[in-house]
Amino acid sequence: MSPMLIRVALLVSAALFAIGVTGVLVRRNAIIIFLCVELMLNAVNLSLVAFSRLLGIEGQVLVFFVMAVAAAEAAVGLAIIIAIFRHYEDVDVERFDLLKW
Amino acid sequence: MTEFLFFVFSAAALLSAVFVVTSRNPVASVMFLIVTLFSLAGLFVLLEAHFLAVVQVIVYAGAIMVLFLFVVMLLNLGHAKFADVRGPLARMLGGAFGLGLAAFTAWTLLGGSDQLTNARLAGPDPIKAALDARGAIGAVAVPLFRTYLVPFEVTSLLLLVAIVGAVVLARKEAP
Repeated sequence: MSPMLIRVALLVSAALFAIGVTGVLVRRNAIIIFLCVELMLNAVNLSLVAFSRLLGIEGQVLVFFVMAVAAAEAAVGLAIIIAIFRHYEDVDVERFDLLKW
Repeated sequence: MTEFLFFVFSAAALLSAVFVVTSRNPVASVMFLIVTLFSLAGLFVLLEAHFLAVVQVIVYAGAIMVLFLFVVMLLNLGHAKFADVRGPLARMLGGAFGLGLAAFTAWTLLGGSDQLTNARLAGPDPIKAALDARGAIGAVAVPLFRTYLVPFEVTSLLLLVAIVGAVVLARKEAP
């Protein structure tokens, strides 16, 4: 594994994270926003794996924990989206203004 | 061959990530995210993280994405009348912010990796020895169950809380 490929992996990771942030800022569908959050978590996982090629196996252990947290977050977040959908009949985040004012 | 596969998986991951954000149909978005996750699993294999690649396919692409797809289909979101993308101003601001963030993150990560690469080229490969001695799973399992045992147990508690929380949030109100 040449250092060049590690640089490519880090570039891909940065680009994936930025795409995820852009998606969160641009979309209004709560589930798509959630998918973009998962995209950001995966971008971080990729850079952790790439850095583990330079620093040792601990980076891969950390990816394991990130995956567990992502699973918990997906379960709770989707449950919240289902509860909100039951209330508003919609998943558009512009309409969730109960806590806004 | 490694370089070629690396670029193919990188391009597939980036392209389908763009489609996740731009596609109008939520089901298509979930499918494109699955493609991204599979490509990342390929990159993990090429970066010597074989166990994580398998976990990525089974847990992420298998379990979490099925959960997403299940919710999208349960809420019947497949046929929106009009796109849910924000207006042109928010799109421009979001795109500019995304580009700036990508540039800044890439600059920081590459700066850090340059220092580390120079330090590493002097010494031995940091994970090859562990992989050769204990195999792909053992190399991750030994630090996980020795150094990081307490965080591992706390993670199990977190998952329990998530299960209970999901059931409480998603059930119907008591009559």
